[in-house]
Amino acid sequence: MRYELRKLALALMLIPAANIAAAQTSPGTMKLSDNTVKIGVLTDMSGVYSDLGGQGAVTAVQMAIDDYKAQYKPKFKIEMVYADHQNKADVGSNKVREWYDTEGVDMVTDVLNSGVALAVAKVTQEKKRIVMFVGSASTRLTDQDCTPNTVHYAYDTYSLANVAGKAIVKNGGDTWFFLTADYAFGQSLEKDTTDVIKANGGKVLGSVRHPLNASDFSSYLLQAQASKAKIIGLANAGGDTINAIKAASEFGITKNQQLAGLLMFITDIHALGLQTTQGMLLTAGFYWDRDEDTRKFSKRYFEKTKRNPTMVQAGDYSAVTTYLKAVQAAGTDDAEAVMAKMKAMPINDFFAKNGKIRVDGRMIHDMYLMQVKKPSESKYPWDYYDIKSVVPGDEAFQPLSVSKCPLVKK
Amino acid sequence: MSEIFGIPVQALMAQLMLGLVNGSFYAVLSLGLAVIFGMLNIINFAHGALYMMGAFLAWMGLEYLGIGYWPTLLLAPLAVGVFGIIVERGMLRWLYKLDHLYGLLLTFGLALVIEGFFTNAYGVSGQPYSIPAQLSGGFNLGFMFLPYYRGWVIVASLVVCFATWFGIEKTRLGAYLRAATENPQLTQAFGINVPMMVMLTYGFGAALAGFAGVLAAPVIQVSPLMGSHLIITVFAVVVIGGMGSILGSILTGLGLGVIEGITNLLYPAASNTVVFVIMAIVLMVRPAGLFGKEK
Repeated sequence: MRYELRKLALALMLIPAANIAAAQTSPGTMKLSDNTVKIGVLTDMSGVYSDLGGQGAVTAVQMAIDDYKAQYKPKFKIEMVYADHQNKADVGSNKVREWYDTEGVDMVTDVLNSGVALAVAKVTQEKKRIVMFVGSASTRLTDQDCTPNTVHYAYDTYSLANVAGKAIVKNGGDTWFFLTADYAFGQSLEKDTTDVIKANGGKVLGSVRHPLNASDFSSYLLQAQASKAKIIGLANAGGDTINAIKAASEFGITKNQQLAGLLMFITDIHALGLQTTQGMLLTAGFYWDRDEDTRKFSKRYFEKTKRNPTMVQAGDYSAVTTYLKAVQAAGTDDAEAVMAKMKAMPINDFFAKNGKIRVDGRMIHDMYLMQVKKPSESKYPWDYYDIKSVVPGDEAFQPLSVSKCPLVKK
Repeated sequence: MSEIFGIPVQALMAQLMLGLVNGSFYAVLSLGLAVIFGMLNIINFAHGALYMMGAFLAWMGLEYLGIGYWPTLLLAPLAVGVFGIIVERGMLRWLYKLDHLYGLLLTFGLALVIEGFFTNAYGVSGQPYSIPAQLSGGFNLGFMFLPYYRGWVIVASLVVCFATWFGIEKTRLGAYLRAATENPQLTQAFGINVPMMVMLTYGFGAALAGFAGVLAAPVIQVSPLMGSHLIITVFAVVVIGGMGSILGSILTGLGLGVIEGITNLLYPAASNTVVFVIMAIVLMVRPAGLFGKEK
């Protein structure tokens, strides 16, 4: 026992020594801590959202690093670490704190789950590093809870509501009933969609809040049916959306009312099949089959994972690439300098068209209104969407004029 | 439209019906738990994972071997039962003499391993499993549209529950089983193979979970997490019914399903908690559960 303690004490003494040694060996050309850029992927590795990011996110980030090294041959080292936040805000923020304090992580990305994201944003600001949210949805991240260290990359609840929600109301779906996941994300999505519906002359007839991971949706759906609303808006995600859609088709609700999945990923469509989902309208920031570039990336991704990338996984790749370019341009991994470079750079790659990071940290890029194909129209595996329209970033996302972010000067 | 306490009767009837459907799942699952606890004194935390296995086997049977719903309804529980027997022989039987906690920890770990295995292989979004063609469509009950399949869930569960209760309480085999629990040494002295009975009991309890899994496969997405979402509620049902009470778990399962249905209508946000509130109240008034016997 005493021997064990001595070993422990010795190990503890070595930690600062190692840090000093590392600091002394950093070279002069670029001002990088340890001559290494270290990226942390914080995601849901095994829970409800793990198909959206998870191991696939880790693969995407690794691809981004490998591609960057091959193309730009940087003088600095690039490393990646990843961890499971288990959809718990405390687990996530503790992990990130540990990464910043002891492992020299410079940037954290993915961070599915808005609850975890809000906690991670605070730690990142305190430790003066950079976080690029790709998986999380809440508009709060770049609105009232924005920080100078935050980038919100792929999508948010405002754009989800503003693209598909608006299109549905304009197509005649002017009365709504919501099934809402009862936590930060669902409430944020319901609120943003309600605003869009009202602004476009529609009406909300009611809503029912269900717990996350509800086991059975039939009773909520019967209430939605009784409301006689034309549209049943699903302000939830992942397994909840899937089970709600499945039950709606079983109870024959889809004959007279239309479902609107406000946040649906391609893996959800894949899991449900086109028979159940055909005709649904949805918002996406990325579709693997949009053009030559997206297909090229997705083919390489598919070879590694046997799935096509979701908007989150493709966004992770793009976010990491953008970050590395900014580090190169800034000549340092200092958060403030890198962030300034990122906000000055236009982003145009296979993921984002006409992209730019605004002063509030929101990455603006083209969003897409998708319609799910009929089974007869689907010609090959994963051929699921028709692109109904392209919504330019400035129209899709919340305008700065109504922003509550303190970084926005009015 | 007539109303009771401001709620349309139609809506109330519909929620009662749906509550009965959900209650049927609770009943079959808690029945398996009660049988295992009553006979083996094992708190089987792997029950949710076994339920998920049943659903996955149904899906795998259709996907890889082309076996339809009806044969699966028999084959998948059998396979889960055999898996249960292997677990019992290989691991659980070493724990009977120890505290409950060891069995609980072992089965909990086992559940994590099984779920991890399926998550790794298939992801969490789940697999679609269609309703068998004979049961697609539904009745119009006047107050609601009831899919045939949901009706079938109620019938099938009630039959299985009744058969289990009858088997344990009214047959000779059931009498041996109860005797083996009450006093294993004496029962063994009468020439009854007690370890064999215990093994079969665990296998049967596991098979019940597998059966519920197959029943659930067409209703909810077949996903590795489907068991862990349900298992805590089912444990509450068993506690309310009285640990180990067969009839108690059946009646409580159905009853709580109905109460949950009504809560969904009155105050949806509480639908996940109502079972636990009831559990707390029952434990205060009757610590052994509604149907349990004080020891």
